[in-house]
Amino acid sequence: MNPVLLETLMAAPYVARFGVRLDRRGNELTGVLPFADHLVGNPLIPALHGGAVGAFLEIVASASLLASQPLERLPKPIDVAIDYLRPARAQDVYARAVVARSGRRVANVRVEAWQNRIDAPVATLHGHFLITPAQGSSEAL
Amino acid sequence: MTDDIQSRLDSIAPLIVDGSPHAVALGLSLKALTPGRAVMGARYDESLVGDPDAGTLHGGVITALLDHACGMAAFAGFGAKDTPATLDLRIDYLRPARPGLDVTAEASCLKSHGLVAFVRATAHDGDPDDPVAIAQAAFMITKASKAAQERARRAYTEGRME
Repeated sequence: MNPVLLETLMAAPYVARFGVRLDRRGNELTGVLPFADHLVGNPLIPALHGGAVGAFLEIVASASLLASQPLERLPKPIDVAIDYLRPARAQDVYARAVVARSGRRVANVRVEAWQNRIDAPVATLHGHFLITPAQGSSEAL
Repeated sequence: MTDDIQSRLDSIAPLIVDGSPHAVALGLSLKALTPGRAVMGARYDESLVGDPDAGTLHGGVITALLDHACGMAAFAGFGAKDTPATLDLRIDYLRPARPGLDVTAEASCLKSHGLVAFVRATAHDGDPDDPVAIAQAAFMITKASKAAQERARRAYTEGRME
């Protein structure tokens, strides 16, 4: 866990402007993307922009990595695969990440986003991130 | 037929950014739209930085730019009739975009048949041979997207008649 870097991530101009919040209960972390007009991709459906949902999932993945172990730098995305399962409606989105594996250089993360029902996800992300674990920290998880 | 598609694309081009609040918020721009191909740009802006120490754009900006460009290439690949929904989007972040440089995404629709279109895209910050990210995506015409397109067409025609 690195509170300073987690703060750096959340205070980055893009992330702050996006309006993402983190809801932390012990070691459980939920990302909240409060609905805002600027997140809409197609006003005629209306649905949130696929890119906005994807970006939110990436932010929650990074935040979960920072919250789960001491890192020296912000995680850097290597690749992401995003599946869009349902249209994301004009309302808040929530997301939770599972760190499937966190090694000495690379972490493998899965994130699931939902709106009304946690068992009806709107999108999922599976990605690899370059990480720099703090010196002396044991391999987490 | 191609000219027909091109004239539809030209008529809808102004809506491609202006019709999408998120694209407007990110300051995206449309550079070219031809049958099966879309080129879009994202301007470097300090409010889009993801790593304040490095000054690099957030990966999410590249994600949204690629998603939008791929979606437009799919739209153009479907003959500029239906707005497609993203099924999946896979992105490889080859390197961070250099601070201060605008990013351009070039997307091509490789194949579209019936309801599904396959798109490939590259994002670069000046040199197309040295990309910052590559993407592959699949799009689909859904009931919601068909209905939205119908409303857009109506709004557009009514707007022209006023």
